[in-house]
Amino acid sequence: MQSHAAPPSTQAAPPTPQETTMLNIDNLQVAVSGNEILHGITLHLPAGEVHALMGPNGSGKSTLACALAGKPGYQVTGGTATFRGTDLLAQLPEARARAGLFLGFQYPVELPGVSNAMLLKQAVNARRRQRGETEMDAMDFLVAVKERMAFMEMDETLLERGVNEGFSGGEKKRNEILQMLMLEPDLAILDETDSGLDIDALQVVARGINHLRSPSRAVLLITHYQRLLDHVAPDRVHVLADGRIVRSGGPELAKELEARGYGWLTGDVAGVEAR
Amino acid sequence: MNSKQSVEALLAKEYRDGFVTPIDEDRVPPGLNEAVIRLISEKKGEPDWLLAWRLAAFRHWQTMVEPTWAWVHYPPIDYQAITYYSAPKRRAGTRSGDAIDPELLRTYDKLGIPLAEREALAGVAVDAVFDSVSVATTFKDRLAEEGILFCSFSEAVRSHPELVRRYLGSVVGPADNFFAALNAAVFTDGSFCYIPPKVRCPMELSTYFRINAAATGQFERTLIIADRGSQVSYLEGCTAPMRDENQLHAAVVELIAEEEARIKYSTVQNWYPGDAEGKGGIYNFVTKRGECRGARSRISWTQVETGSAITWKYPSCILRGDDSVGEFHSVALTHHHQQADTGTKMVHLGRNTRSTILAKGISAGRGQNSYRGLVKVAKGATGARNYSQCDSLLIGDTCGAHTFPYIEVKEPSARVEHEASTSKIGEDQLFYCQARGIAPEEAVSMLVNGFCKEVFRELPMEFAVEARKLLGVSLEDAIG
Repeated sequence: MQSHAAPPSTQAAPPTPQETTMLNIDNLQVAVSGNEILHGITLHLPAGEVHALMGPNGSGKSTLACALAGKPGYQVTGGTATFRGTDLLAQLPEARARAGLFLGFQYPVELPGVSNAMLLKQAVNARRRQRGETEMDAMDFLVAVKERMAFMEMDETLLERGVNEGFSGGEKKRNEILQMLMLEPDLAILDETDSGLDIDALQVVARGINHLRSPSRAVLLITHYQRLLDHVAPDRVHVLADGRIVRSGGPELAKELEARGYGWLTGDVAGVEAR
Repeated sequence: MNSKQSVEALLAKEYRDGFVTPIDEDRVPPGLNEAVIRLISEKKGEPDWLLAWRLAAFRHWQTMVEPTWAWVHYPPIDYQAITYYSAPKRRAGTRSGDAIDPELLRTYDKLGIPLAEREALAGVAVDAVFDSVSVATTFKDRLAEEGILFCSFSEAVRSHPELVRRYLGSVVGPADNFFAALNAAVFTDGSFCYIPPKVRCPMELSTYFRINAAATGQFERTLIIADRGSQVSYLEGCTAPMRDENQLHAAVVELIAEEEARIKYSTVQNWYPGDAEGKGGIYNFVTKRGECRGARSRISWTQVETGSAITWKYPSCILRGDDSVGEFHSVALTHHHQQADTGTKMVHLGRNTRSTILAKGISAGRGQNSYRGLVKVAKGATGARNYSQCDSLLIGDTCGAHTFPYIEVKEPSARVEHEASTSKIGEDQLFYCQARGIAPEEAVSMLVNGFCKEVFRELPMEFAVEARKLLGVSLEDAIG
């Protein structure tokens, strides 16, 4: 096994006072195909913090992630969302990404024929151009990506393979975190990155997330289970049920959910499944 | 999709090479009859045998019917409304052999094909065909040092009649098919190339075809002969102005590879495809065929077809020599209202002959893209092998992809494999890229290039770069 020396990581610009809330969601309502899924979400995620968003299946967790990232078909019918003080919802999805928002997908798609290296290079350079920086030198890129792959315990051959093409479930999730480490986003929204991972992979993924943690960044961890939170300690935990945040609290809330399920919060049997 | 604005901004871009060169033309009146053919032959000072060959082809053509089996649809072509000969007039005071008209030089410069040798791409000799005639051939002298003949077809008829007579029509006969017969009757110019035994051509040879005149057809003929043990790589590029009417391009290409010779023929076809509504564009009805005449010879076709309103072409290999090899690598793209029916024929006659077919079709908009291929193994072609792979990529849901593979095997020891796949660029893929900061049009270009990379790998370097750019431009408004 290779050493897991942490790759160097550039810090995002220190937050200015008005920016200390990285993500500000106010009374956000989102509909898909005319059906309202989110009925008014309010959530404030300050820089430097990791928040966990938990909840039973179908509660709207992924809908929130998709709406924030700008996925077509997710229609915002009310409320606001700002990212570092700017209106997030007015921007194209790619502009949101270039500005420093990262969505880790629950089900990363395959891009046949497009090598992982190619996607990463394009993504990194799109972000650098946005910041007025020159494109990354090919050698520097290779060094940076290999360092991060070692950190994520990924086989280097995955670099030349098509993006997620024939990757195992675990490889796909590690690949998402690898992209995140390369892009060094200010705000990472990770949608069930822990699902489908064995315990070793879970630890590697958690290491990646922890590595990104810094006073100038924020992470929204969407998860079903407590187990990722054993490795990535959240500052706050929110419980989403039926399109509303029904409870917010400290890390102890996640432990309580683990013990009691969601039923006591949602008043139905959804919690049984989550246990 | 809210990426519409950026996509529409790109829409403003036009077909890059759609300009018209203002130049006086020497053209015959529209219409097709024996008198026109005699006139063409006379203008070119041809020997009697060639005129007789043309007239025989014409008489045969009159008995033929236009093929309708291809998966393409177009209104009837009025063959009497086409002008069959149009050549740029020489300026007063210039004579044949003098410098080229500066207007033509500017045209080719604009197309990125400098004809002045000192500015030319190092390592590429060009024959420039403008409407019905070849206007310049570069590096002729350098090639002559190696004994290589590279010149316009007309010049070859004058200076090497014995070679032309021996090989002309020996692969694609004058009665081969409707469009080949028409070409045989009225062909005006084209490129001729002969590589002597054991010579490896020191540079890429290329022909750049330009249609400029209105209401004119281009009927050129290319003949490439690679003698025993020789090697040549040949490139072909084509463009035309944007015009509202359709124009016919019916070319014939014949390749002959003698024993142990190798010919690599690469095409980047970018004829004007018509506008977004399907108005105008070139009908590209072309017959291309190579014969691996000698043992252990090899012919490799690589084509990137992005232009033309309609493409009808099947670059093929007759594998006559034992142990000969035929290859076909193709990317065909149809967008807007473009239609392509393209593929190849691999005819195995010799023993242990091998062929590979790799066809990639991309359809966007209302484009219709068909792969049509024949793999034929004659009795006695023992040990023949073929591997075919046809992949289709769909962008959007108003386009079509079709595959028509024909397999005729009369030799029990032959092995023929065919694989096909169809995939679609999905919104999920585009969003995934967007979520990584990559705009949808860039994402499409990335996915399309990924889809085509096995074919691009076969192209000479400069051509691969050009082909990639061309695909990008051709697909600019494919999503939205």
